[in-house]
Amino acid sequence: MEFSVNSPILFILVGILIAVVLAQSVYFLLKAVKRAKELGISASTVKKTITSSAVFTVAPAIAVLVGVVALSKSLGVALPWLRLSIIGSITYETVAANNALNAAGVGAGSTITDASMYVTVLWVMTLGIAIGIILVPFVTKKIQGGMNKIGMKDKKWGEIFNNAMFLGMISAFLGYVFCDVSDIFKGKTAGLTPVCVMAVSALIMVICGLLSSKLKWRWLTDYALPLSLIGGMAAAIPLAELLGYEVIK
Amino acid sequence: MAEKKQLNYLESVHRDGRIWGIIICFLIFLFPLSVCLIFGAVPQWKPLAQGLFATLPMYWAVGLVEIFTYVPMLGAGGTYLSFVTGNISNLKLPCAVDAMERAGVKATSEEGEVISTISIAVSSIVTTIIIIIGVILIVPLTPILESPVLEPAFDLILPALFGGLAVVFISKNAKLSIAPVILMLALFIFVPYLNKGTVGIMVPVGVLFTLAVARIMYKKGML
Repeated sequence: MEFSVNSPILFILVGILIAVVLAQSVYFLLKAVKRAKELGISASTVKKTITSSAVFTVAPAIAVLVGVVALSKSLGVALPWLRLSIIGSITYETVAANNALNAAGVGAGSTITDASMYVTVLWVMTLGIAIGIILVPFVTKKIQGGMNKIGMKDKKWGEIFNNAMFLGMISAFLGYVFCDVSDIFKGKTAGLTPVCVMAVSALIMVICGLLSSKLKWRWLTDYALPLSLIGGMAAAIPLAELLGYEVIK
Repeated sequence: MAEKKQLNYLESVHRDGRIWGIIICFLIFLFPLSVCLIFGAVPQWKPLAQGLFATLPMYWAVGLVEIFTYVPMLGAGGTYLSFVTGNISNLKLPCAVDAMERAGVKATSEEGEVISTISIAVSSIVTTIIIIIGVILIVPLTPILESPVLEPAFDLILPALFGGLAVVFISKNAKLSIAPVILMLALFIFVPYLNKGTVGIMVPVGVLFTLAVARIMYKKGML
């Protein structure tokens, strides 16, 4: 068959894979909702979890879409569509694709016209991050079992353990926000842009918290995270203009 | 009785998760293989080796550590879904963490397991649908998504996300958060190698460090 990065057969194959992945999510959603009922979790909690998760997802998903558009220039639409709907993240897929494209000598922005080049990139992107998908089916139960033991042995420590994990993750991302701050001593204010974006997001969260407790707007807590996310992203536009910001490609 | 039931649900999540995981893993490898067969194409070995050499060691190492870091936070169902649909730290995990926090359930409890699964499943479905819509409308959407005005907004999604999330968690665990936040700020400010591309490596470091600090503080009765 004659090759093109946007060949219909590629879309069909990708479509099948994505349908299976979608089916898995639907299957686990139904299973968990059913179990929630049995556990006596209120229907309103379940409903709130569904709606606020859906609302929260919109902005990050559009950011993922930006990645699809960026990669589609050299790889066509089908492959980035698949890769960004499964496994990796925007950062990984971009790096992996660029590593393969560079090795193959394809310049950024030029479209692949050759099938063997295409499958080379495809294999690099597939194998480069395959460890999670290979190991997760086999090790999750063990890791999970160990976790449950901690919680059962000492309930209070289990709870602290739980909070400490999330705090550890959050502290790493907070650190990243400040990674270019020291550039200010070189007279560059661009490093402050992510810090200010984070501050705006944090401020919106604080305001949401105050409003919901003082005015009893309980519903607001369900949308506090998406609101601070979108508020922070919106603030990034004037802040980048004001302080400068370089998008690293 | 209750304990037996709990075991059953978790057991069945693991069983189903494995089956789905293995099927999807198989399909993911089948895809490049079928593309090779359909177009009668063979990879170019030298660029393949070079590309793998540049990608594989780092991402396999990070991926391995990620499994151990994220599985306890995501729960069983959340793990089986997240490791298939990806975008864990920038989407699935914050989504699940926020949902569990609002529902007042702990990740280690079965209620936490259920809420986390619901939240991640919904997030995966919504992401997949948005990308499908985006792919269909890619021609009219491209100029909007690529407009230089919006570029910083999409590029700074992590600070915009973790600002709000940090407020929730730090305000509830103020004492415990001091040490890890100071450590991470110092590391990222003073070590030039640490940036957006390497933050993934620092997540397990932050988690292990915070766990150690928590253990010491707990033993000394400070928490």
